[in-house]
Amino acid sequence: MSAEIAHAPALHHEHLSHQFEDIEQQRESYVVGMWAFLVTEIMFFGAVFLAYTVYRVLHHAAFYEAHKQLDIGLGTINTFVLLASSFTMALAVRCAQVRSRRGQVVFLGATLSLAGGFLVIKAVEYSHKFAHHLFPGQAFHYPDAAIADQARLFYSLYFGATGLHAIHVIAGMLVIGAMLVRALFDRDAKQDYMPVEMTGLYWHFVDIVWIFLFPLLYLIPK
Amino acid sequence: MDIPLLPQQASSFAVEVDAIYFVLWALTIFFSLAVMAVMLGLAYRYRRGSNVDRSRPVHADLRVELLWTGIPLLLGLAVFAWSAKLYARTRIPPPDAMQIYVIGKRWMWQVQHSNGVRENAELHLPVGKNVLLTMISQDVIHSFFVPAFRVKHDVLPGAYTRLWFRPTRVGKYRLFCSQYCGTQHSQMDGWVTVMEPDDFERWLANEGEKTATTQMNMVDAGKAIYDRMACGSCHATRDAETSAPRQRGGSLYGLYGSLVKLKGGGTVRADEDYLRESIMRPNARIVEGYWPIMPSYEGQLTEEQTLQVIAYLKSLGSAGGEEGPAKSASAASVAARGARP
Amino acid sequence: MTASNEPAAVPLSEAHLESVAPHADRAPSYLSAGHTLRSWLLTQDHKRIAVLYLISISLFFVIGGLAAGAVRVELIKPRGTFMSSELYNRMFTLHGVVMIFFFLIPAIPAILGNFLVPLMVGARDLAFPRLNLLSWYLYSAGGLLAITAALTGGVDTGWTFYTPYSTFYSNSQVTMTIAGAFIAGFSSIATGINFIVTIHKMRAPGLTWFRLPLFIWAHYATSIIIVLGTPVVAITLLLVVAERVAHIGVFDPRYGGDPVLFQHLFWFYSHPAVYIMILPAMGVISEVISCFARKRVFGYHFVAGSSMAIAVLGFLVWGHHMFVSGQSMYAGMVFSFLSFLVAIPSAVKVFNWTATIYKGSVSFDAPMLFAFCFIGLFLIGGLTGLFLASLATDVHLTHTYFVVAHFHYVMVGGAISAYFAGLHFWWPKITGRMYPEGPARLTAVILFMGFHLTFLPQFVMGFVGMPRRYHYYPPEFQTMHILSTAGATVMAVAYLLPVVYLLWSLRYGKRATANPWGATGLEWTVPSPPPTHNFDTVPVVTGEPYGYDEADAPLPVTDSVVSATMQATGGKTPGGTA
Repeated sequence: MSAEIAHAPALHHEHLSHQFEDIEQQRESYVVGMWAFLVTEIMFFGAVFLAYTVYRVLHHAAFYEAHKQLDIGLGTINTFVLLASSFTMALAVRCAQVRSRRGQVVFLGATLSLAGGFLVIKAVEYSHKFAHHLFPGQAFHYPDAAIADQARLFYSLYFGATGLHAIHVIAGMLVIGAMLVRALFDRDAKQDYMPVEMTGLYWHFVDIVWIFLFPLLYLIPK
Repeated sequence: MDIPLLPQQASSFAVEVDAIYFVLWALTIFFSLAVMAVMLGLAYRYRRGSNVDRSRPVHADLRVELLWTGIPLLLGLAVFAWSAKLYARTRIPPPDAMQIYVIGKRWMWQVQHSNGVRENAELHLPVGKNVLLTMISQDVIHSFFVPAFRVKHDVLPGAYTRLWFRPTRVGKYRLFCSQYCGTQHSQMDGWVTVMEPDDFERWLANEGEKTATTQMNMVDAGKAIYDRMACGSCHATRDAETSAPRQRGGSLYGLYGSLVKLKGGGTVRADEDYLRESIMRPNARIVEGYWPIMPSYEGQLTEEQTLQVIAYLKSLGSAGGEEGPAKSASAASVAARGARP
Repeated sequence: MTASNEPAAVPLSEAHLESVAPHADRAPSYLSAGHTLRSWLLTQDHKRIAVLYLISISLFFVIGGLAAGAVRVELIKPRGTFMSSELYNRMFTLHGVVMIFFFLIPAIPAILGNFLVPLMVGARDLAFPRLNLLSWYLYSAGGLLAITAALTGGVDTGWTFYTPYSTFYSNSQVTMTIAGAFIAGFSSIATGINFIVTIHKMRAPGLTWFRLPLFIWAHYATSIIIVLGTPVVAITLLLVVAERVAHIGVFDPRYGGDPVLFQHLFWFYSHPAVYIMILPAMGVISEVISCFARKRVFGYHFVAGSSMAIAVLGFLVWGHHMFVSGQSMYAGMVFSFLSFLVAIPSAVKVFNWTATIYKGSVSFDAPMLFAFCFIGLFLIGGLTGLFLASLATDVHLTHTYFVVAHFHYVMVGGAISAYFAGLHFWWPKITGRMYPEGPARLTAVILFMGFHLTFLPQFVMGFVGMPRRYHYYPPEFQTMHILSTAGATVMAVAYLLPVVYLLWSLRYGKRATANPWGATGLEWTVPSPPPTHNFDTVPVVTGEPYGYDEADAPLPVTDSVVSATMQATGGKTPGGTA
């Protein structure tokens, strides 16, 4: 172990924080830490998924009726937008690893725009729901009074789950934005690629949550 | 002053619950004292500076580990099995149990006997008879707790829960709400009075005359509500009409306890929870062959009125007005579902 | 840091520790590395953050303790002494919220764990120092919110926030209190992630998993619970707030929601949270007993494994809080069965600690007395848990003072005794001063007696049927309540004494050597208090943990590579002076 460290490229040490012995340890720590964080995120969404599953089983017919008001077209477009952003994010990570500043800037910028596009489409969907009084607040009104309560429950979970997801998208955009600025100022392309790689991990997680949310909410079988 | 160290034993469960309780205390005291004695004894014997043999110290021993994993495990499982068996008995009410309805609301217990007699913060019972309480809350979660009977069950808003027991001793016992329910939670208490059967019958008859509002028994009260709400304009309640296809709503005759086919597949047992749901949220589960057109009665009926309507629906058996088919079905459905899904 | 590059160049075999002399202050201690407020509030040193936590957590302990005192005084008379029911309900809720979210959950991990985890694994700091500092700020922000809520009307839901009371009926500061607990939850998650990464990736060379101190194993298991459980309660509380503010209706029966679902989600975290409190306590006890019996912990692998078993099984027993809540009979049986299983690993630990003393060389210093105190109280706390795991008895005992007594035996009797054991044991390491032995031993004895006096009567009351969270109670329970309040007064003395003599020791205590107890473990190989970067050179571990037998044997001076654990045992007499 010591021999490896001794021969490690000097360049590594520039990014080494004081608490770590060598750059490998630091990188592995980042990875383990990020995964531990993602586990907490999975548990966070897990509780929402559980609540949703319980109620969907209990009120299946009503949930089926209520979900028809969701716009499957916009949902599908958003799914592809987010998948594309995951792809550009992966390319950005690759560029960071091979120290291509230009590539990083381009692909981080692309990811950021796609994420923004996702939010815009989501906002359009939300505004339709508000306009139709489907937001489960005081003004909630469901046309079919017979299943209004269950529809309210469905929309509570819909707004809860997609709202949480949207907050995660916004958080992701802030981090990606920070990475973009960092890449813009990184004239010598000397910066550590790990922050970009960790951002990528997080972004893929956000993407995967949507991959579960979309069929659960938009594609309820009869 | 009288300082009770043990609760009175006034139900058929009390003796056996106490037996498990004292066995557990025996185990607790034995293990606590034994471990502390051994530990302090060893600590004293091997105190620093004492002249004892410390050669060949042991650091691990698989046999010892297995032994002190195994013995507590076996003891624990024995207690588990004993206790679980008793618990199953406490959860499955006998078919002949006398039905009483309990409504919890902040901060008062309301009780209604099937002949219509109502009580507040009190419950009168005959000794030696199985009693089944069907309970619901009008607001938050409460919990019906009679220490002398060793029984307790939470009382939920929006769903019926059940509790059964057999009082074995005449006397007056405390009733508590044991689930925190707000400001005056600690004043949501009352008394359970267990009487000789003759006394109880007399009490039941006299109380019924005393209270003007409870002249009707629960079935009649339910029928009055049924008529007032004009439920009959869509639903049939008599056998002759069951086959009439023009009814907008399903026939209620002999419905209670039967299996109902649902639209979109699946069946459901028409128990009290199903009836309540069908009144409050009619379209949650649609019966096959019908349209979701029934309005919700949520907010229009109090929990008490709902219980009365259900009592009326339960009386609509083929036996003709009596709780004929309902009784056995009630026990069966309760047993099948435990307390509540 | 240039220092960090040094060990890379040095062959590890030479990175031994032989030159650690008592208080050889080659590097200035972490305490003297800056005296400005800024140097504390912006520090990234895990030891300073531990001290920040020590101060703030102690403040919350005082608040929670005062609330407990007020509750006990109020209960002297059956119809109260000085409070309205509104105030009483707010007071016991304040006590519960503060003690659980702001004292018991963070106490040992955030103070002792923060200080010791890097030292024990031979690292310079936790993996993510900035995250660590952030966790303290989150904790403080959450705490301030909770206190603000208490001062601006208080909250009266009980710390369990049961719906629909909390979502619709309570006219109190539910939202703000929940926001406080929610934010504190993230501080907990930050600490948990930091520990997991540090233990996985930053162990010193030679420090294999089965050479780790049991304190580390306990914190590893705790961190797993934190990481898996805390997010679930966070989202659950978030839904409660959403329901209060936006009336969304996930737990509201009026909209077809199910209030019992809240209980499932709540206890999915809050039962394992009990193990967040007790596992680190068990880790402390393993260290202390081994040191003061001067013997390797008996059945090391079983004690380590039982921590992991508790972490795993602890997630499968939440339903035992709900035997009478309307969950199905069969679910109750499964949860009861699993609850009996989770008791076994705790029993295994106690038996192994007892066996550790066999053929040891026992001294009765204060940490050891607190450890005995822990075992005595935890035995009763753990065994009375079986009454509540067992279905038929739980039906009668749940929601009564029996439950109150049971969890106080575990969480207060157990966790706080262990916290005191650890605080005294590592006090010389943290502050560089010895605490006075006499008052400390006296405290352990008073605590033990006061505790029993407070909580034994509550078992009796609970069995007779006294429900918990009752402001007014039937007069026949008064005697037991008076006994309990008397005991609480004794406990208050046991809590105040350490405040006095520990503060006194900061100035007047004897200076501590690097290793006053003659203990093994890497934290004792560095000066007391340690330098900012902990280790001048990376320690190399070559032997088993708890090498007291080797340490106490005549030292064979042959090896060129010196075992850290062997080297650490400089002085063999306890309380060695400077």
